[in-house]
Amino acid sequence: MDYFIELFCSGLTRGSIYALIALGYTMVYGIIGLINFAHGEIYMIGAFTSFIVATVLSIYGFPLAAIVVVAGVAAAIWSSAYGYTVEKIAYKPLRHAPRLAPLISAIGMSILLQNYVLLAQTSDFLPFPELIPEFAFMEPIAHIIGSSDIVILLTTTVVMLALTFLIKFTRIGKAMRATAQDRTMALLVGINVDRVISATFIIGSALAAIGGLLIASHIGQINFAIGFIAGIKAFTAAVLGGIGSIPGAVLGSLILGLTESFATGYISSDYEDVFAFSLLVLILIFKPSGLLGKAETKKV
Amino acid sequence: MMNKLILEVSGLTMDFGGIRALDRLDLDVRSKEIVALIGPNGAGKTTFFNCLTGIYLPSNGDIRLVSPQTGKESRLNGLKPNKITEKGVARTFQNIRLFSQMTVLENVMIGRHCRTSSLILGAIFRGRKTRKEEQETIDKSYEILEKVGLAEQANEFASNLSYGAQRRLEIGRALATEPFLLLLDEPAAGMNPQETADLVSLILQIRDEDHAILLIEHDMKLVMTLSDRIFVMDYGEKIAQGTPAEIRVNRAVIKAYLGEDVESDNA
Amino acid sequence: MITVKEVKKSLLVSLWFVFLTFPLMVIKVNPYERTVSWRWSNMLYVAIGTFVISLLAKAWFVRKERRMARQQDSCRSRTPIIQKILQRPGYRYPLAAFLLGAALAFPQLFSTYQANIMTTALMYIVLGLGLNIVVGVAGLLDLGYVAFYAVGAYSYALLNLHFGMGFWTVLPIGGLLAALFGVLLGFPVLRLRGDYLAIVTLGFGEIIRLILENWNAFSKGPSGISNISRPGFFGMEMSLDQAMIYMYYLMIGLLLVTIFVVNRLQDSRLGRAWLALREDEIACQAMGIDKTRTKLIAFSLGAFWAGLIGVIFAAKTTFVNPASFTFMESAIILSIVVLGGMGSIVGVILGALILVLLPEYLRALSEYRMLAFGAILVAMMIFKPEGLIAGVRRVYCYQGRKRNTALKNDE
Ligand SMILES: Nc1ncnc2c1ncn2[C@@H]1O[C@H](COP(=O)(O)OP(=O)(O)O)[C@@H](O)[C@H]1O
Ligand SMILES: [Mg+2]
Repeated sequence: MDYFIELFCSGLTRGSIYALIALGYTMVYGIIGLINFAHGEIYMIGAFTSFIVATVLSIYGFPLAAIVVVAGVAAAIWSSAYGYTVEKIAYKPLRHAPRLAPLISAIGMSILLQNYVLLAQTSDFLPFPELIPEFAFMEPIAHIIGSSDIVILLTTTVVMLALTFLIKFTRIGKAMRATAQDRTMALLVGINVDRVISATFIIGSALAAIGGLLIASHIGQINFAIGFIAGIKAFTAAVLGGIGSIPGAVLGSLILGLTESFATGYISSDYEDVFAFSLLVLILIFKPSGLLGKAETKKV
Repeated sequence: MMNKLILEVSGLTMDFGGIRALDRLDLDVRSKEIVALIGPNGAGKTTFFNCLTGIYLPSNGDIRLVSPQTGKESRLNGLKPNKITEKGVARTFQNIRLFSQMTVLENVMIGRHCRTSSLILGAIFRGRKTRKEEQETIDKSYEILEKVGLAEQANEFASNLSYGAQRRLEIGRALATEPFLLLLDEPAAGMNPQETADLVSLILQIRDEDHAILLIEHDMKLVMTLSDRIFVMDYGEKIAQGTPAEIRVNRAVIKAYLGEDVESDNA
Repeated sequence: MITVKEVKKSLLVSLWFVFLTFPLMVIKVNPYERTVSWRWSNMLYVAIGTFVISLLAKAWFVRKERRMARQQDSCRSRTPIIQKILQRPGYRYPLAAFLLGAALAFPQLFSTYQANIMTTALMYIVLGLGLNIVVGVAGLLDLGYVAFYAVGAYSYALLNLHFGMGFWTVLPIGGLLAALFGVLLGFPVLRLRGDYLAIVTLGFGEIIRLILENWNAFSKGPSGISNISRPGFFGMEMSLDQAMIYMYYLMIGLLLVTIFVVNRLQDSRLGRAWLALREDEIACQAMGIDKTRTKLIAFSLGAFWAGLIGVIFAAKTTFVNPASFTFMESAIILSIVVLGGMGSIVGVILGALILVLLPEYLRALSEYRMLAFGAILVAMMIFKPEGLIAGVRRVYCYQGRKRNTALKNDE
């Protein structure tokens, strides 16, 4: 039973990290209908930035709390900056191009960013500093759920609540929802669609950066290629939940996290990634609109 | 009632989430007839075409097609669009959907696709049968281009044509599929008077070549001169039907168009 | 042409990039020795580089706009010189004959090593032409193309290992197996929208690779299968050099066949349907084209070619392992198609030669190879989506009553 709970908890942790990345996919898709292939790379850059900042600060002897905060903020800022720039360079000029063009451009961006980090930094796996301490009060249940799992779950919950608030009640959130529903209409009622799109990329990237920081300190190492698999998995989660739907992304991520956790725990860990990919292929074939997405008839 | 029935639609309903775009619509078309479908914007006319051609799956109702040549009867509900085209129904689109990166002639040749059959091996080895088929495709497409007055521009890109010419090319492309029922969605939209006049004679010519035509159009003069019968729609419902003379004096139609009495419209 | 305002803008862009790349380009930490190195010189390179690129991009857009304006005035599209040469039969055939002669003489004039590199380039050309059917002509973004390549390679490796089957027997089998995989995958997924198709094929490619990596009993896992037989030539014994050169000529032969077939396919009822599908699926269906079937044919034909080259790859290297079939391989082939020009045979050949030979001969560049591929995909989409050489539409001749109408237009 303990094993089951352990797998359940690690599945939730996994799932909540996927959710942080999946939200970026789903939000961007909701607004401009594009699969942002480079989103996994934004997450990787978030992890890398936090790695660099945290390591520098720890070398210069800063206290742990300061390191965590500064590394988190730096990761969010730079990931957002990358997300914003990627949109401006690779997607914005192609808004009216044939449908294949932005997709190819996105794939190019993903390859470009991955290799940029590889060349600017290194291809080796790097040890990520331990940012989350083992809490003493966690001692009795440490064998089923670690401190970092708790921190990850709490952080993602807070972030989700903040995002929900932002989208429901703020001005930019309302503009985002309007743009997602009907871009032309939003434009006509005076919403600055360019700004909304930029904001979407910035918010999605910041979320991915937080995910990057959390998972890197959870796993303890990073390299330039982590974005690829994480990106596809988060995308799977977003599609599972129904792409374009924010609650769907969270639901899909949790389901994916749990599935993976149980499948690797009870079946075999060799095929960890195969489970996710197979799930992706199966959903797209049998229910492409996802769990919470709505099936739409394209207007002709 | 001398002409044979070729299309009979009964109780056709189409829901989009909460919106009912078509509400228990009945309609029939007989061979060699020009039938007009009119109504204000958003009445559901294009939706009706989309249901007929299999692009939307209707929520309810029945679409029956009878081939005038063979007398064979078939239900169109749930058939794929390409099957419906094979059965002899072709259409144009309200928002022109030509293949803009292909030449004018090639656009029409695409229409011949469902009347030809060569596949991979035919394409690679190009045997006698394939060559004959290809040449036939080219020749027939050319003839159609001459009919719609575009033979001169055969090798231009479709996107380089003027607006009116693009609409004629859409008609030509549809004709290439050898339909007995042709659906035209606002063919005169955006045309100048001269182009409209040409269009009228083209439509009449097509009718005389044994095609029945179902026509959505806003240009009332054109509708009144061309059609044998008119169906009027509003809010997804049929509000009137009859000959042009009858429709001209129909109270419900006048109300729908001029909106005399807005409250009772919503009832 | 470049105003002060634009220079100022470019300065801002370059400043932004200095900020953007600061943590990754400037700071480098060594977490083991706990040292930090600040690489300030990189900042300068980034500043200068982005400034220049930004100015060039601006200039390009200005030029493009002018050209568009001029085109609208004269109502005539300007075709590039290469295109004009290619369109003239008078130039085209001598040029093709010359290239063929050069290709045939190549191993005689240069070393076996060079011939070997060329063989690789030829393989990528054929892979590019295969993918071109799928992506360029039919407009189906297949990101798992490498999976079919892997199917071909492993069919030969395994059939050779277990049953001792020879190259020439397995060549068609490998192609057909790959095509079968294409049908099996394509049947359910080709109904999907374009972007979903891209992701599913990507996932499929990864599944195949992961299975090859982990199913040791079947594929011998990451260590792969070695000692695969080279192709035979009527039972002749060949030295390594001879075998390489034989491989080269074999590839030339396959390339010629591929060009012939692809050319015929493009210029056929099927080819037109693919092009039309790429543009507008709904209009296609309304014209009576069976969408799924037509796509499936393109998809599995592309897979067939990947399978063929897979078999050849296994025979050439005499060794296969899963590491040869990563997503990056699919990305390289996609870059070839995109750079060359989607739907253009000459374009794909040119694209493959550039992308394979350039990093090979400019060793200094090879480190930046993947970076460049990424940049190419983005830059081509923004600046020149039609590729280096755009596909040309054919002019058809009408044999009916007005025999001359077609010829008149064909200046
Ligand atoms: N794919 C669709 N999804 C949702 N609503 C649709 C769709 N297609 C049409 N509609 C709605 O159906 C109604 C009828 O539209 P349409 O048939 O285009 O009208 P018309 O052609 O008569 O102007 C409109 O309210 C339109 O918004
Ligand atoms: Mg309409």
